[in-house]
Amino acid sequence: MSMMKRISMIFRAKANKALDRAEDPRETLDYSYQRQVEMLAKVRRGVADVATSRKRVELQMNQLQSQSAKLTEQAQKALGMGREDLAREALTRKSGLQTQVNELTAQHAQLQGEEEKLTLASQRLQAKVEAFRTRKETIKATYTAAEAQTRINEAFSGISEEMGDVGMAIQRAEDKTQQMQARAGAIDELISTGALDDASAIGQGDDITRELEQMSSQSDVEAELAALKGATTPPAIDSSAPAAVEAGGAADESAAPVAQAEKEEQS
Amino acid sequence: MIVRILGEGQFEVGDAELDRLNELDAAVEAEIDAGNEEAFHARLTELLDGVREVGAPLADESLEDSDLILPPADATLEEVREMLADDGLIPG
Repeated sequence: MSMMKRISMIFRAKANKALDRAEDPRETLDYSYQRQVEMLAKVRRGVADVATSRKRVELQMNQLQSQSAKLTEQAQKALGMGREDLAREALTRKSGLQTQVNELTAQHAQLQGEEEKLTLASQRLQAKVEAFRTRKETIKATYTAAEAQTRINEAFSGISEEMGDVGMAIQRAEDKTQQMQARAGAIDELISTGALDDASAIGQGDDITRELEQMSSQSDVEAELAALKGATTPPAIDSSAPAAVEAGGAADESAAPVAQAEKEEQS
Repeated sequence: MIVRILGEGQFEVGDAELDRLNELDAAVEAEIDAGNEEAFHARLTELLDGVREVGAPLADESLEDSDLILPPADATLEEVREMLADDGLIPG
């Protein structure tokens, strides 16, 4: 049997099981309505929870981004003072931060998606719960217990399916959010201990430094270092051609093309 | 015929479209049996796109149950397997 048929049969079986429990079918209506209202509250809490997680990720992204800007500044300063080692360390840390920012950006998109889905689910459920309430009052006022059965079955199976769907959506959103919260906790820890704070405190070889070094891509660092040199070197050599040649000769191999480019610009 | 995509809502689909959807559904099932996550996801996306394309969304306040129910778009192979096993993912 097809997948879509099988899933729908499982849903229907659960709805029927719930319906069989009551003696007077009209009692089922009130009981079911009660559960619907509870589910509605639950899905709204779900939306709020996901929004809280999303805001937390946003806050972290802002913190890491301002930290990243600070490290660029520090690298510039360090290079201006001729401390390439310090600049390299700052950029290495920055590259590590960038990895975290990228991860957070992906998480943020996922949370936003969950929030949207749950918001829509809560709107759908609310519309159905209201429709059910109207139907329930009509059935109770108009029909005897025996007559009511078919009408109740109709209203009941539709809403019960929606409840199953929403219940599953909440569960999935919770699972996803929980996975992310563990990760967010780790980043909060890094931020609050100041481990990501200051590249001037480097050279101590702490765990964070090593970890960030591992995470950073060496080529990123080299590329950015070369770019920064391009930005900071010209004022220092004061546009005099012999000094530029000297600088080109003193620089290591990776920086040589940059010095070469500068020479060409100046000539 | 009413088709529900879990996490997304219900669609009214003409009976004439059923053959095509059954084909797409069979392709998804084949990948569930084969256990190929990537291919499973590609076929599931095709099936859901097929439903969205030919189906008209049902009004939010409708209380009709669905003839067919499909997994959510981001479901993993494992989740769908659990869904198909009774007492699995579907809350009672």
